[in-house]
Amino acid sequence: MFKKILIANRGEIAVRVLRACHEMGIAAVVVYSDVDRAALHVRKADEAYPIGAAAATESYLNIGKILDVAARSGAEAIHPGYGFLSENAKFAQACADAGVKFIGPTPAAMEAMGSKTRARQAMEKAGVPFVPGTSRGVQSFEQAEQVAAKIGYPVMLKAAAGGGGKGMRLVHESGQLKSALEAARSEAERSFGDSEVYIEKAIVNPRHIEMQVLADEHGNTVYLGERECSLQRRHQKVLEEAPSPIVDPDMRRRMGEVAVRVAQSANYTNAGTVEFLVDSDKNFYFLEMNTRLQVEHPVTELITGLDLVHLQIRIAAGEKLPFRQEDVQLRGHAIECRIYAEDPDNNYFPSPGRITLLLAPSGPGIRRDSGMYEGWNVPIDYDPLLAKLIGYGTDRNQAIARLTRALGEYFVGGIKTNISLFRRILRDTDFCAAKLDTGFLDRMLKRPEDTPQDSTSAEVAAVAAGIFAMLGSVSGTANRTSDGGSQAVDKPVSKWRSASRSEVLR
Amino acid sequence: MLYDVSISGKSYKLELTHGNGRWSCRLDGRDLEVDAVLARPDVLSLRVGNRAYEVKSERVANDLHLWVGRVRFAVEVRDPRSLRGRSHAGDDHGPRKIVATMPGKVVRLLVREGDEVEAGAGIAVVEAMKMQNEIKSPKKGTVQKILAAEAATVNAGDVLAIVE
Repeated sequence: MFKKILIANRGEIAVRVLRACHEMGIAAVVVYSDVDRAALHVRKADEAYPIGAAAATESYLNIGKILDVAARSGAEAIHPGYGFLSENAKFAQACADAGVKFIGPTPAAMEAMGSKTRARQAMEKAGVPFVPGTSRGVQSFEQAEQVAAKIGYPVMLKAAAGGGGKGMRLVHESGQLKSALEAARSEAERSFGDSEVYIEKAIVNPRHIEMQVLADEHGNTVYLGERECSLQRRHQKVLEEAPSPIVDPDMRRRMGEVAVRVAQSANYTNAGTVEFLVDSDKNFYFLEMNTRLQVEHPVTELITGLDLVHLQIRIAAGEKLPFRQEDVQLRGHAIECRIYAEDPDNNYFPSPGRITLLLAPSGPGIRRDSGMYEGWNVPIDYDPLLAKLIGYGTDRNQAIARLTRALGEYFVGGIKTNISLFRRILRDTDFCAAKLDTGFLDRMLKRPEDTPQDSTSAEVAAVAAGIFAMLGSVSGTANRTSDGGSQAVDKPVSKWRSASRSEVLR
Repeated sequence: MLYDVSISGKSYKLELTHGNGRWSCRLDGRDLEVDAVLARPDVLSLRVGNRAYEVKSERVANDLHLWVGRVRFAVEVRDPRSLRGRSHAGDDHGPRKIVATMPGKVVRLLVREGDEVEAGAGIAVVEAMKMQNEIKSPKKGTVQKILAAEAATVNAGDVLAIVE
């Protein structure tokens, strides 16, 4: 087993991996950028090395600097977390060249999964189900018409070189096909210099369900059950749960076996996730494979009783998987909320800044993976994910109840967070009935929020405001204004007064 | 102490005295039985009668909010003896400060000093965590002064410009 591991990441995932290292008696080396000296992962580390400026290209994405720290610290392995260098095959290769074990798949497996066309070819050989359509561009309108009629409307036209929604057209019926094809082609030509367009069956409001796999370096591959990740905003996952409410044991076995085939076709090792789109008839289609530990791995850990980071490290150290597929038993239900520093009242704009007050929930069935602490200044430079709050219960209803209770205890002051969004989701009728798809959140957010107006609470606030003022206890730690001294310097007791004074001056 | 308290726009007259660990409280002419313990800075354990509440206080820049349970209230507290009253909210007269609503980096200034702007016109674009937010003018007027520089880092509440 390794004696020392370098964690090439920051935030909650760096803390998560660091904890696993300490649980296994392994020293944890961390790296940090100029704005992360006070970050939680640095506070908890055994060794910490500065690696440069806030911009990720100067620090967390800089392969040379990270390998230099590995050499200086004597770390034998590198855990990349998620994001940053975690799916960078060049980094994995550079680690191998430097004689440091990359805790993840081989560069070859990452490359095989990184290229869409190569992945699809390998998958077709392995008999993996894809969204029906053409794997190559359509040659003519007539061919497009035939293909569309065969797979059935609605269909999606997609630019072969595309991405980001450019060159994409949803076609509901044959009458729209000709103009849509022309538009998609010219947009693809303008955007990518390549007018090739292919056709896929459009899966309207699919579910997004993914399968966790784990493979050792001795040819053993297992699946650890699925995660339902349909709750997304702007293609970013917001809430995940395991198991999926619609997946029964038979469907789980079929999806799991496909996922294992996907992994094996690429000689995949370590932890990985195979993503599927699922239509309303529960047909599932391969989407892509993520060659890293996922943000939402804790829900799988809670229902399997396994520690995925421990297992990643053990696999990387050359150990065999300590269990077989038939030993994997799912128990209970887990739901994860991604707590982001963003403002629900301002179109979810990021809200970095100083955390003036942090009250964290605990109690039965609650797990919190967090990278923040009270008094910490959330930097403006990175992803707004602050923490993950995960609720576990005997069944889905108990998990929802515990999470709702814990969200009520969670308080982050000084910055805005999306905690209120989760309260809204968890009491939504459709959510509680598990009627989920990738359009769920957009539809929910379009409906006006029913905010109960409670005059008693307002009176309580009025009384509390006066008591706070008399006790002079309001913290003066919030972000200061710096408008050339036109406002009085705040003394703790005069806080309320200065607030009202600035009102007067305005 | 006598306070004028505004809770999310609604005004209350509050009379509070404190001595020997006891509070006496009159809200809009009604006596309330109140007992309060400051659990830690910014967190008050409050009993009104036998009902128990945890109230949290939060200040970002010049905005003060109190949370009673899950409900957030915008709060202003005035001691009527020490102040002569104040201008009305939403006042369109006089210079208005355009402040950054959150920390970030000024990626673009959209106006120059002396420019005429409409209400709602963009003044500056502030970026944080790879998202851009346009800071708008709350009133029609002239850009009197620009205090922010492009590429500068700003905190919540920092004044970016003044519109007269």
